Amino acid sequence: MSTTHENTAPAPAHDRAAPAQDRAQYGVAALLAAVGAYTIYDATTLTVGFGDPVGPRVFPYVIGSTMVVLGLLLVVATVRGDKPEGEQGEDVDLTQPADWLTVAKLVGVLLFTIVTIDWLGWAISGGLLFAGAAWSLGSRTTIRDLIVGLVMSVASWYGFYVGLGIPLTPGIGEGIL
Amino acid sequence: MDSLDLLANGLAAALTPENLLYAVIGVLLGTFVGVLPGIGPAMAVALLLPVTFGLEPTQAFIMFAGIYYGGMYGGSTTSILLNTPGESSSVMTAIEGNKMAKKGRAAQALATAAIGSFIAGTIGTMLVVFFAPALAKIAVEIGAPSFFAIIVLAMVLVTSLLGASRLRGFISLFLGLTFGLVGLDLNTGQPRLSFDQPLLADRLDIVIVAVGIFALGEALWVAAHLRRKPLEIIPVGQPWMGKDDWGRSWKPWLRGTAIGFPFGAVPAGGAETPTFLSYVLERKLSKKKDEFGNGAIEGVAGPEAANNASAAGTFVPLLAMGIPVTATSAVMLAALTSYGIQPGPQLMTDQADLVWTLLASLLIGNALLLIINLPMAPLWAKLLSIPRPYLYSGILFFATLGAYAANQQPFDVFLLLVFGLVGFMMRRFALPVLPLIIGVILGPLMETRFREALAISGGDVSGLFNESLALVVYAIAVLVIVTPLVLRMVRPATTGPSGPADSEDKELVER
Repeated sequence: MSTTHENTAPAPAHDRAAPAQDRAQYGVAALLAAVGAYTIYDATTLTVGFGDPVGPRVFPYVIGSTMVVLGLLLVVATVRGDKPEGEQGEDVDLTQPADWLTVAKLVGVLLFTIVTIDWLGWAISGGLLFAGAAWSLGSRTTIRDLIVGLVMSVASWYGFYVGLGIPLTPGIGEGIL
Repeated sequence: MDSLDLLANGLAAALTPENLLYAVIGVLLGTFVGVLPGIGPAMAVALLLPVTFGLEPTQAFIMFAGIYYGGMYGGSTTSILLNTPGESSSVMTAIEGNKMAKKGRAAQALATAAIGSFIAGTIGTMLVVFFAPALAKIAVEIGAPSFFAIIVLAMVLVTSLLGASRLRGFISLFLGLTFGLVGLDLNTGQPRLSFDQPLLADRLDIVIVAVGIFALGEALWVAAHLRRKPLEIIPVGQPWMGKDDWGRSWKPWLRGTAIGFPFGAVPAGGAETPTFLSYVLERKLSKKKDEFGNGAIEGVAGPEAANNASAAGTFVPLLAMGIPVTATSAVMLAALTSYGIQPGPQLMTDQADLVWTLLASLLIGNALLLIINLPMAPLWAKLLSIPRPYLYSGILFFATLGAYAANQQPFDVFLLLVFGLVGFMMRRFALPVLPLIIGVILGPLMETRFREALAISGGDVSGLFNESLALVVYAIAVLVIVTPLVLRMVRPATTGPSGPADSEDKELVER
């Protein structure tokens, strides 16, 4: 693996026709710098006790400022034509553009779970999570997905309760389960 | 002798019928999750962490040992039958193994991978049994300055030896260190980076970070780039090997073991380098060079053994010093800490029973893997054709279950989502995952040692350098950083990795 990727930077630098830079990397650099800056700011709000020669601030200062520097280095690397290679995988096809709609749907399904899990309980919420995610990923057998999801969530509820002694939130299923 | 006695005690503790049952469940679950496409051993262990929440530490570890080896075994099945390695250390297996499968020799490829893994895992675990106590004896003497230095070295090794780009390695490491800051400061009890959120003051749960980055991040990444065509899966029969296959496999198994173990034990570049070296060595030694690239059995036997031996080797730094050098061992360490067990040099002395039971379980798990799984290979292969919407929904489902079950806080699922998005970003921008996990786990430990060392010296910086071991470790760290830079200046052409394994190589083959 590592042998093929070692010198990625210099090759495409002169190619002006194709986009020479991965602009999205500037966003990552900005994010790194922002996180670093906030870490430094957060450290200034701490009070240093007596008899503690290092104090709680030193590590955040060092880590925060290094993050800012790394952000700047990433900008330099991007300007010089550095392009990241997205991770390969068994089910991954990088020749197609990213399918943001699917990702947004999945994030939505997870947010729905977060909001409703206390109320609906794991047995229902987990089932909906599975069916919702399957739908987001292109499955169109909704009834079957719901049944599979419910079976999984009810089984895992009982598995945790009986096998491990952990009662997951029953929610509105209280008394039934 | 001493070690063998302790190991015998460990075996006695691990071999009760109840514990054996946990080992069997672990192996089956691990293989199940490991065979599933897109799930490597690290993710398998991370996803299965919650299954052990209610168990005693001993039983949990026995299950982990099974999950660990099961996950690795499952990974090689996927590589051979799908030609798509789940992680970089299976690349070599995929190259030759899949060619063998295409020539109708899938059964032999699977068999040599499984038996080679068993042999390498067993020899490797036995070596850990002999090495770790000696290292731990030294490790107990290690003071705060040297321990700090060792953590620095571990970070430098993981960040600059693995992965293609050092810049990305360091970005990942410092992201992890930032996450490690979140929560109450260990000395003064002030919350850092917690946004006045009381649930964050309690520090981030490493399980949630690991599951978010590994499982959810992967699921989201695959969802964005899902291959719409079904993959071509090669059918298998019962794994078996003919006489000729045995003759061609046993030497590569031993050589692969000899190459792999030191790389794991010395934390020098994970499993990628030794599998690659083993492959190159086998090609060099082979009398049938033309078979390489077309399905040479040696090209599966050697790298698979090297992979497993290096995995066993990583238990040396993990148990002796509490330092994880692979993603999988990082997740295992996360599991240890969730039992309130402090990683560090004291582990072998404080938790001796637990450690020896774990080592014994590794041997048992490894043997069970072979006994249970070899006959079941055709069954596992069926898992490869599971519909992708169900597969990735299942990962989402179990990741959420794992994040939620620990504390039953919806906020934890929210954190899972945040780390899932971070994991997605890291895959998009080729940021390696391991340095981040190392940063989260070792960052707080590093700060503790740093402040301890300076508190002893009254704030004088010399407190960091007053142990000779610390100086040696810093010297190695500087060498690791400087050597490649110098090499690049002296010789601009690519330099092949050099193997320090020659002497051990001969030693083992002669046994």
